[in-house]
Amino acid sequence: MSLGLLSIILLVLAVAGYVLGRRKAVSQVEGDIRKLHSLPPFYGRITALLTAVPAFFLIAAWLLAQPLFLENKAISLINPAELPAGKSAQLVMADVRRVAAGLNMLAARGEDVTPLLASPSALKTALNGAGVVLETEPTPSTLAATAALRDAGKTSRLAMTIAALVLAVAGLAFGLSRINPEYRARNATEQFAMWLLIGSSLVAVLTTVGIVASLLFESIHFFQLYPISDFLFSATWTPKFGGGSSLGILPLLWGTLYVSAIALVVAVPIGLMSAIYLAEYASKATRAWVKPAIEILAGIPTIVYGLFALVTVGPLLRDYFAQPLGLGNSSSSVMTAGLVMGIMVIPFVSSLSDDIINAVPQSLRDGSLGLGATPSETIKQVVVPAALPGIVGAVLLAASRAIGETMIVVMGAGAAAQLSLNPFEAMTTVTVKIVSQLTGDTEFASPETLVAFALGLTLFCLTLALNIVALVIVRKYREQYE
Amino acid sequence: MTASAPLNPRAHHDTRASLLVQDPRTKARNATEKRFRAYGLSAIVLALLALVWLLISIFGNGLPAFKQSFITMPVTLDAALLDKGGKRDPADLAKATTIAYGKLLASALQAEIAAKGIDIGAIKPKDLAKMISEESPATLRNRVLADPALIGTTVQVTVLASGRIDGYYKGRVTMESAALDKNTSPEQLALADKLKTAGVLSMQVNPGFLTMPDASDKRPEAAGLGVAIMGSIYMMLVVLVLALPIGVAASVYLEEFAPKNKITDLIEVNIANLAAVPSIVYGILGLSIFINFAGLPQSAPIVGGLVLTLMTLPRIIIPTRAALKAVPPSIRDAALGVGASRLQTITHHVLPLAMPGILTGTIIGLAQALGETAPLLLIGMVAFVRDFPGAPPEGLFDPASALPVQIYNWTQRGDPGFVERASGAIIVLLVFLIAMNAVAIYFRRKFERRW
Repeated sequence: MSLGLLSIILLVLAVAGYVLGRRKAVSQVEGDIRKLHSLPPFYGRITALLTAVPAFFLIAAWLLAQPLFLENKAISLINPAELPAGKSAQLVMADVRRVAAGLNMLAARGEDVTPLLASPSALKTALNGAGVVLETEPTPSTLAATAALRDAGKTSRLAMTIAALVLAVAGLAFGLSRINPEYRARNATEQFAMWLLIGSSLVAVLTTVGIVASLLFESIHFFQLYPISDFLFSATWTPKFGGGSSLGILPLLWGTLYVSAIALVVAVPIGLMSAIYLAEYASKATRAWVKPAIEILAGIPTIVYGLFALVTVGPLLRDYFAQPLGLGNSSSSVMTAGLVMGIMVIPFVSSLSDDIINAVPQSLRDGSLGLGATPSETIKQVVVPAALPGIVGAVLLAASRAIGETMIVVMGAGAAAQLSLNPFEAMTTVTVKIVSQLTGDTEFASPETLVAFALGLTLFCLTLALNIVALVIVRKYREQYE
Repeated sequence: MTASAPLNPRAHHDTRASLLVQDPRTKARNATEKRFRAYGLSAIVLALLALVWLLISIFGNGLPAFKQSFITMPVTLDAALLDKGGKRDPADLAKATTIAYGKLLASALQAEIAAKGIDIGAIKPKDLAKMISEESPATLRNRVLADPALIGTTVQVTVLASGRIDGYYKGRVTMESAALDKNTSPEQLALADKLKTAGVLSMQVNPGFLTMPDASDKRPEAAGLGVAIMGSIYMMLVVLVLALPIGVAASVYLEEFAPKNKITDLIEVNIANLAAVPSIVYGILGLSIFINFAGLPQSAPIVGGLVLTLMTLPRIIIPTRAALKAVPPSIRDAALGVGASRLQTITHHVLPLAMPGILTGTIIGLAQALGETAPLLLIGMVAFVRDFPGAPPEGLFDPASALPVQIYNWTQRGDPGFVERASGAIIVLLVFLIAMNAVAIYFRRKFERRW
């Protein structure tokens, strides 16, 4: 049964639960609803909730967990003697999954797939026709595993449908059985709803746990294959998908920090000066349209900046600066990415600084102006020093944004990992390498792929530290004037 | 303090001290003041110029993508070529490949040129056929397969011209560059000019850019955004269906019910930090949890939707909590006073009053999710997908592309025609974003209430 149909059936059952629950409650008091503890709709609602919610949770959990159980059986069928050199059973399982998906696709088109499982060559051509390209003909044990996986998948789907329907009907019966005039349906509904609310707010915690767990788990896996000291302190980055690669993070960190530094050199003066002008000098009318206009820069997707760097800024810098100055002839460079990223983070600096400057008490300004200082002297000697911690926080947040930015550097900074001071040379960053190591067909057990998780962990820790420091500073500062 | 001490400590700097004449120091201070203001103003001007520059560059590069060179000519659909059996049997018809249709189009173009009396110069027939997009035979074939009655008749068809011809009229290809290009020649371009005067070749609005699927590396003229737009809409549906209820429920719990203790503090710090986690980290999460652990298919909108949901949640929770906080306590007190339960107070009074703020926050969160690229790269949305995904919910598991990823994908291709396509796609993306933000601003203006 398809997922859509199953969901519709469950929803119909829930509606039926509502109607039945309500009717049963009303009929038990012979229509005199004053004798009920709660209003009739509550009896319907609790029955509907008990019918649908557990069943939907079961489906979600089943879909998430089923591959774990299905693949255990299939993987045991793969004959270790047939494994090609350098390939693990896990990698063969990836093929098995693709073949199974391709077969399901063919079956969905109404083709008969049983003869294909008997002949590897026919299978290969049929799958190529369906867009699933296999490098080699599948071995017999791969085929057996594929068949087992598909059978298990079908069985599991059927079992899930039955389990969900049984659970829904059981919930309905349970809900109905509890209905009597004394039953506190409103309290029960609200208790149920409260658990849903708590569950929702735990999603955020689970996300963090998921991020940390997936990064840590695969990073540990990586450090078992590749020494951690080489990763942290080696100055060469030369991944080779045949083995023997050198995976030092230093050139990537250097690129990341160089690009971010240029971005901040662009964004901090512009952002800070415009925040000062908007907060201290601009008329209300100017402020009303300039502030949103600058904030548009923050709302533009980063892919747009990436294309801007690739098509406009990169060639411009190459033709008018790098080549005439003899500094290189690559259109993707640290300068290109840094400049464009600087434009992107201007609003992060300006908006937050603007808020913070506005939070400086007017009395400080009045005091300074009253002593005869000009407005600019007041700003430089009173307002900015008073707002400094907050401004530092804003800059740190912008820095964390710049370090974690991906698309601009993927399209503007280049892919060459090197330690160089020339800003017109192509360099690469941590995020660029995460993308390049994890896209395309990759083998999950190799250090060249797993290194992306270690890079991700580094990035996560770096930005988390910056964010926490920035938040603490901003919060401290706010308290000071509240 | 003695009486002889000067009242003005600066008096000895300037003996001509007068209120009517500025002393040099005051002049210097006033000049500094003026300069400082000018710095501030120029910072704003610079920021706005950057915005204008960005928009001009994108629109300048992208607007031509919405127009395309088409060749319009009559084509005789020869039954002897297309339907060898003569029974109009669909299986038989499908045997006529795109190669046959290509030959048909080539001879039709030759006939049309002869009919208009145009001198083709030194162009070989093979090169003549190259003026028509390689995608056109497939388009014509699909049209015939959908309506076999056309076979044997002469139909007026409008087919895409090749990418190089199109580039010539958009200024991308010149006579000089064509001389070096093995895909076209100056003679071809000269002939194209003659065809244009004869009315065979013309620039028309190209709806296919929005409806057609992606095309291969060599056919930028046929590449469209159809699958990418569908994929993006599917993902936004998933995000809306999951993130809005979960986000609102989490905000209601944290704002209205949660006791103030260590656990709630932890959740709050968590949400603040999640909002600042780089988006690519969410991609890693999606790859390892949803694809490797749970075995969901790569390139599927469901996975993209789930990843974007997790990313959007904190961005919905933060404005939603602000909106709930803005509802005055007197409303809650009144409802509780007449005997409503706490949950009834929330659902009947607080949530409806906070709804405009919640919707505004949600729409802005969705707009951010729509433009997000990096996490989608990691979960395999970069794949080349030509088939439209099926109807939801099953279609959510079919491979699809997404608007921002399609843009990235096009920028990585060799043919310069794809830069125009990518910029055009960005215009489409920006139109979606502007529309969503306009709706958000409308909600805020229309329903905003000051207490």
